[in-house]
Amino acid sequence: MRAWAKALPWAFVALLILTWQMAISHQPAAILPTPWAVVLGIQELAVKGLLLKYVVASLFRVTWGYVLAAVLAIPFGLFLGWHRRGQVALNPLLQILRPISALAWIPLAILWFGVGDLASIFLIFLASFLPITVTAMNAVGSISSNHLNVGRNFGLSETQLVLKVLFPAVMPQLVVSLRIALGIAWLVVVAAEMIAATSGLGFLIVDARNAGNRYDLVVAGMVLIGLIGLLLDIMMRKLEHLSFLRWAHREE
Amino acid sequence: MAGMVQTTVRSKLSLTGLNMTFGHGNEVVDVLENIDLEVREGEFICLLGPSGCGKSTLLNIVGGFLKPSSGEVVIDGEPVRGPDPRRIFVFQERGVFPWLTVEGNIGFGLFRLSRQEKARRIAHYVELVGLQGFERAYPHELSGGMKQRVEVARALAVNPDMLFLDEPFGALDSITRLEMRRELLRIWRAERKTILFVTHDIEESVQLADRVVVMSTRPARIRNIMEINIPHPRDISSRRYLDLRDSIFEQIGLAHKI
Repeated sequence: MRAWAKALPWAFVALLILTWQMAISHQPAAILPTPWAVVLGIQELAVKGLLLKYVVASLFRVTWGYVLAAVLAIPFGLFLGWHRRGQVALNPLLQILRPISALAWIPLAILWFGVGDLASIFLIFLASFLPITVTAMNAVGSISSNHLNVGRNFGLSETQLVLKVLFPAVMPQLVVSLRIALGIAWLVVVAAEMIAATSGLGFLIVDARNAGNRYDLVVAGMVLIGLIGLLLDIMMRKLEHLSFLRWAHREE
Repeated sequence: MAGMVQTTVRSKLSLTGLNMTFGHGNEVVDVLENIDLEVREGEFICLLGPSGCGKSTLLNIVGGFLKPSSGEVVIDGEPVRGPDPRRIFVFQERGVFPWLTVEGNIGFGLFRLSRQEKARRIAHYVELVGLQGFERAYPHELSGGMKQRVEVARALAVNPDMLFLDEPFGALDSITRLEMRRELLRIWRAERKTILFVTHDIEESVQLADRVVVMSTRPARIRNIMEINIPHPRDISSRRYLDLRDSIFEQIGLAHKI
């Protein structure tokens, strides 16, 4: 990439900040913060120790809910894909549950777990579990029958077939679904914390508004959410380009 | 023993009264009808028929991937109950595992061997199919012909006594296809496998096979079995070759003028 192509995204960020600054300065009764006020807001959070506390709280919930979902959904989805009868039996249920946003579960989550970490973790778990399960299930279905037949032809046992053909074949799709699920988990944690928690970046946004319309802190929370979300996505994309998955990008 | 016919080459494969129908209820398609065939050990057989006639189905039944509706497949005196590493099915290059290197693919069936023995075999078959220097390459870095060689090498590496090839060179360009035929014959002569080779290409069948099994359109029946008694390497402009080829053209009902 040429230098200007690399600089272009930053130019747009700068343009946005500039437009933002100009728009605020043309507004007589300034409720909304200027970009600089947001920077000061972040600094204020850091000084008070809230920045670290809230970021850690949100990441803690996402980690637990998401890792738990991945650990359970991958084997579950692969099992359903591998055993046609299991898939036939459970697929309708999965398809009914899937369009129900995890956020719709907030009242039940609070009822069951109270306001706190567990409710948020539960919601993140729900939000990540179904997409990973369904992708894993479908990934097994899309394995080439040629490849399975080759495995059987060479005398592989069922276990060997799973280890040597099924796992490598579904891995690229799994990694993509893990990245997407992490994105969803990050969206959900913010929403969950707005209602079902008393810490975290979602809570920060609601709290800042309620405690005297501190829109500088509201926007500070939004900026932090965006930046951390970006970092998580970059991390997962790195995973997709590990050498043993590279074949998937070159096929067809 | 008195009264028994002494055969010089024993029967490797025998198909008796093989029938295959797909579907159920009112939508039944007869695919194979009353197939009888004897194949001798070390023979190169081409199953020749028009596309979609059911010859691939026949190969899949012999390979143990499909069960016939009726009839029997016996190999080495035992009925076939499923796929078996002694008999390897070579798909078009689509059977190569994209996540394994050339080495990994060729060594795929060698999981029971020691590390050294496995490495030795891989090296041997890499050389046999002329893929030296590509051991660490992934399939997406190879041409169609090279991927086909990987499949053939992977099949040969487990030292099977039969190979089933389902239009293996169909997806290759005509130059590569000719090269691959020559290589397959070289390997066949070196390793003496019994080969069942499905094709819809008349020229290909006459160039390769000891016997060409000419099949009808669906439901596939055996129309005729042609003995191609021309020694290898075959001169494809010789009278004998052209006569045999033309007689197959006639049997299939094709004019060989375009």
